[in-house]
This record gives sequence, structure tokens and C-alpha cells, in this order.
Amino acid sequence: MVQYARARLDASFAALSDATRRGVLEQLGRSDASITDLAEKFHMTLTGMKKHVGVLERAGLVATEKVGRVRTCKLGTRRFEEETAWLEKYHQVWDSRFDELDKVVEELKRKEKIDGHKKRE
Amino acid sequence: MDTRRESEVAPMKNRTTVERKSERELVVTRTFNGPARLVFEAWTKPELFRQWWVPKSMGMSLLSCEMDVRVGGRYRLEFAHGDSQSAFFGTYKEVTPHSRLVWTNEESDEGSVTTVTFAEKGGKTLLVMHELYPSKEALDAAGTGAADAMGETFEQLDELLVTLGASLGRS
Repeated sequence: MVQYARARLDASFAALSDATRRGVLEQLGRSDASITDLAEKFHMTLTGMKKHVGVLERAGLVATEKVGRVRTCKLGTRRFEEETAWLEKYHQVWDSRFDELDKVVEELKRKEKIDGHKKRE
Repeated sequence: MDTRRESEVAPMKNRTTVERKSERELVVTRTFNGPARLVFEAWTKPELFRQWWVPKSMGMSLLSCEMDVRVGGRYRLEFAHGDSQSAFFGTYKEVTPHSRLVWTNEESDEGSVTTVTFAEKGGKTLLVMHELYPSKEALDAAGTGAADAMGETFEQLDELLVTLGASLGRS
């Protein structure tokens, strides 16, 4: 189970490390598109775009469906959300820790102020 | 009343950023409204450290906290979550008062090295925490592990923060 989760994360992070592929995801976030549409939009050859879509598809970030001669691409949304969730959870841990640390620092500042007044008296 | 609480709390809060710098590195940053020596103190005195390291929203409690903060000194934190217990331990590699802390995490061979720097500017402190893992797999596992550990408890985070805010207001 853990192995499986790791393998998916590896594939997802690798897929997201390329600017064109991130652009494709952004584009598909707006609307579904054929590989031909995407190749034109990103000024690439059909073969080049097929490779990028293949990487995204293997990572589960994109789903494709062939209808007649046209292959339509759309977001495989769940995986993308999992990816974001991974960092988001980590962020939440540190954000809530640091909210508490804020309180400790405030308390130390308050004590120092009181001690400072005492010393002057 | 809710509006009033928001307007009191919101301007104080600094942003926490998390970035995966590479396959093996994570970087977390946050600014604190206080001098570096106080923020450093909160990281190096066990009685202060234990006040913030395990916020209630984590659904865990800290059973013990030992920290021998000097080069070669060791730390050990013991946690309880539900019926199970776990420990977090390692060694301090660098200790530069008020500016830099480096420690290892030694629960497994895949433990990380954490570097925390404290940079003071205009009475505020920018904290940068850098975690370096021995492999990409170790970092992925750490993230997944943290996500599992946090689980559903995060859904209650907002609620808890409101409660914490309210109890703070009373004291």
C-alpha cells in the first residue's frame, strides 16, 4: 500500500516537473481538448504532444478517450488533488505548529517586558 | 462577534510557506514577530518547545521531551496517539545561538537532516527550515506518513483554533 502510494507520487512529481505538461494540465482545467488541439496550442508536433500526454496519463493526471479518429484528453482530477493534498497536509502541520510557536514568542516578549520594568524599578 | 474575532486575529498571522525544492528537499518558511533570540529559545528549551511542537489539532500528545542542545547532544521526543506510542530522536550537529540549528533524525536509516536558520530583521525573525532526506523515496514516505498521521483530525482544525482562540482570550 505504501509502495503503491510512493510509486504514484514519483510518477506525479515527475510529470509535474515539466513546464509544457503543467501548461497542458492548466489548459485541460479549462476544457477538454484533442491531442491535435494541444499540439497546436503549444506549438509542438503531434508526436511530441503524444509523449507529454503519455507521461501525464501514466501518472494518472490526465485521462484520454478515443472516439473515432480523435483522442480527447481531460483531467484525471483525483490524482491531481491527491498530489496537492500531500503538500497541503504538510503545510497544515507546520502552520498549526507555528501558530502555537507565535503564542510562545508573544509570551516570552511579554515576560521580558515585565522583567525589564522590574529591573528598572 | 465572529467578525470582531477575525479582525483581531487576522492581521497578526504570518504566512507559512512549504516548497519541495528537489526530490530530496523540503523547505518551510515563516516570519515571527519577535527577536531571533526568543524564537531560538522556543526551539531549544524543552519546557517551551513542548508548548508548540504538538498542537492539539495533530491528535497526538507529547509524553516526554528531552533535549541536550549542544553539538553532539541528543534529543528524544515521545508521543502518544490513541493507544499507540512513537518516538522521534536524533543528534544535534550544529548549534549556533540565535541563528542556526542542525540535527539528524535517527529513527531509521532513511532519516532526514534538518537545518533551521533564524534571521532577525527589524525586530522580526525569518525562520527557514530545510529538510534533506537521503532519497526521494524517504521524502515521499515522510509526506505520506505525515498525511496519514494527521488524517481526519485536520477536519476539526478550524473548530479547534476557534476554541484555542477563545481560551486564549479568557486567560
